[in-house]
Amino acid sequence: MKFDGTERYVATNELKLAVNAAIALQRPLLIKGEPGTGKTLLAEEIALALDAPLHTWHIKSTTKAHQGLYEYDAVSRLRDSQLGDPRVADVRHYIKRGKLWQAFDEDRRAVLLIDEIDKADLEFPNDLLHELDRMEFHVYETGETVRAKQRPIIVITSNNEKELPDAFLRRCFFHYIAFPDRPTLQRIVDVHYPGIAQDLAARALDMFFELREVPALKKKPSTSELIDWLKLLLADHIPASALAERDPAKAIPPLYGALIKHEQDVQLLERLAFMHRRAGRG
Amino acid sequence: MLIGLFETLRTHRVPVSLREWLDLMAALDRDFAFADPQEFFHLARTTLVKDERHFDRFERAFAAYFDGVAKIDPTLLAQIPEDWLRQSFQRLLSEEEKAKLQALGGLDKLLEEFRKRLEEQKERHAGGSRWIGTGGTSPFGAGGTNPMGMRVGPNGGGRSAVKVWDQRNYRALDGDADLSPRNFKLALRRLRRFAREGAAEEFDLDATIDATAREAMLDVKFRPERHNAIKVLLLLDIGGSMDDHIKVCEALFGAAKAEFKRLEHFYFHNFIYSSVWRNDSLRMSERIATSDLLRRYNADYKVIFVGDAAMAPYEITHVGGGIDDFGGSEEPGEAWFRRIMAHFRKVVWLNPTPRNQWGYTMSNQMIRELVDEHMYPLTPDGLTEATRWLAK
Repeated sequence: MKFDGTERYVATNELKLAVNAAIALQRPLLIKGEPGTGKTLLAEEIALALDAPLHTWHIKSTTKAHQGLYEYDAVSRLRDSQLGDPRVADVRHYIKRGKLWQAFDEDRRAVLLIDEIDKADLEFPNDLLHELDRMEFHVYETGETVRAKQRPIIVITSNNEKELPDAFLRRCFFHYIAFPDRPTLQRIVDVHYPGIAQDLAARALDMFFELREVPALKKKPSTSELIDWLKLLLADHIPASALAERDPAKAIPPLYGALIKHEQDVQLLERLAFMHRRAGRG
Repeated sequence: MLIGLFETLRTHRVPVSLREWLDLMAALDRDFAFADPQEFFHLARTTLVKDERHFDRFERAFAAYFDGVAKIDPTLLAQIPEDWLRQSFQRLLSEEEKAKLQALGGLDKLLEEFRKRLEEQKERHAGGSRWIGTGGTSPFGAGGTNPMGMRVGPNGGGRSAVKVWDQRNYRALDGDADLSPRNFKLALRRLRRFAREGAAEEFDLDATIDATAREAMLDVKFRPERHNAIKVLLLLDIGGSMDDHIKVCEALFGAAKAEFKRLEHFYFHNFIYSSVWRNDSLRMSERIATSDLLRRYNADYKVIFVGDAAMAPYEITHVGGGIDDFGGSEEPGEAWFRRIMAHFRKVVWLNPTPRNQWGYTMSNQMIRELVDEHMYPLTPDGLTEATRWLAK
């Protein structure tokens, strides 16, 4: 079992190494990086490449660790008992399996994505230490112990909104997806739009990197925004020559909505364009 | 195996534990990264380092171990971006100085020379006329007498250095430095203000009993959990004279980070001007306009300034007086400070220097006036006092 990227996901050698080491040594892999560099996509692609079932656990600020294991719906049981439902006798009817349990229960090795773990409460990662270590947990209500049939491959993503506890970090492998350099980005574009005209792609990349260089942007455009933008450019049949205009007064690229997400950033670019114009005249 | 690397990493303050080390050994045992230094580097990083903030330290430690230059003063290894030096140089030097610079062969020559000597130099250096270090007449180093002395490395003698080149002065505060912030945490705890908001998911016993009695049938009620709803905006002075206080600031920062979910922090240099920055290594490129702060954070954010309030009075009162105000702002720091005071309801200034020294600097009195006398010493007691006022 070796991960080697997929047809539509370009993985750097470092990333492949990290993924394969995590798989071989059965450690959770913690992925960080700028938004839009393909953190979440990675788990999907690993599942695809290894032909493994994927379980995704999206974390929100209200998510509790035990929800990933199981939930005991005491309230329905109480209601049912008042209504005289015969199902009440068996507590197992009221135990809902969480994502972790589902992944443990797969006969094949599954991929479990714990997405945006930093959204959860500070204590959340600590509450999962034992489960991720041993790949087993105890169901208090029924007295059974759930053990993973096959240790799942666990991918965890974080956007750095909160610090993760040391004890948790120690158990993980870590990879930081750096923003791709130009050749890698070129490969990514080629993979997504094989038919794209070379000069259009090259100009678009130029413009994209220039935009990333603009200081004080609130949100720098990243890979996923580039892909969206190219899609729009293609759909609109924008010729390469439209991008080629090196007129600094037009600092704002066509269809910028896909690249720039903050109103303030748009204003910033307009201001820059204005300053260019003024400087040009003077 | 490779125990030396492990020790080098520890001395470079990369937080590596035995557990991670054994992981690396296990990975090597399985022939990952066999006889390929590049692969080994990546493998070691993926298993040993868990935070991208430590990548830089890790890389330095790795290089130190494998190049056998473990003794180099780490402050000198920090890469100094060339265009940054170049740009600031042009702005700073007077015409006369630029002319003198030509005598040395121009700016390009100087920069090139600087890099060359940085390479050649293998250990920390003080005095002399050639190497980069402290004292002496070499064009590079701290406290020199050469007209275009490029300042590298820590502490300038009289504390009055204008425009410092020292990168490490500005290193971002290590938020996790757990020095002894327990006292701080206890003091900050006063600031907690719990509120129930968000999804209703906590069992509400009283409401359930009430509703059940009314309906004559079980009716379970929930309510949102209690969260600390306090919002804090922390503005930290770093660089220059704050070097002496870096430990205590780290302790405060660590405590605040653990205590508040909604903590925003920014850095400034000596006093507040038209912009601040959040990420210290990007302080030249990614500045945030102070007016943006006012727009982005509403009035119920508690603002905590941390700084020694020791500077030349003109840095407060004069346009362009800021030592680090490259933005070319059209207003003095004072105007910006008043704006902050007007926008936020609660603002305090924490000062790491002891209270009995405050009278000696004029700027201190001026700032105390500006913050309506809400300046407190940065000690557990002072913090308690400050939080008591902030929580009112």
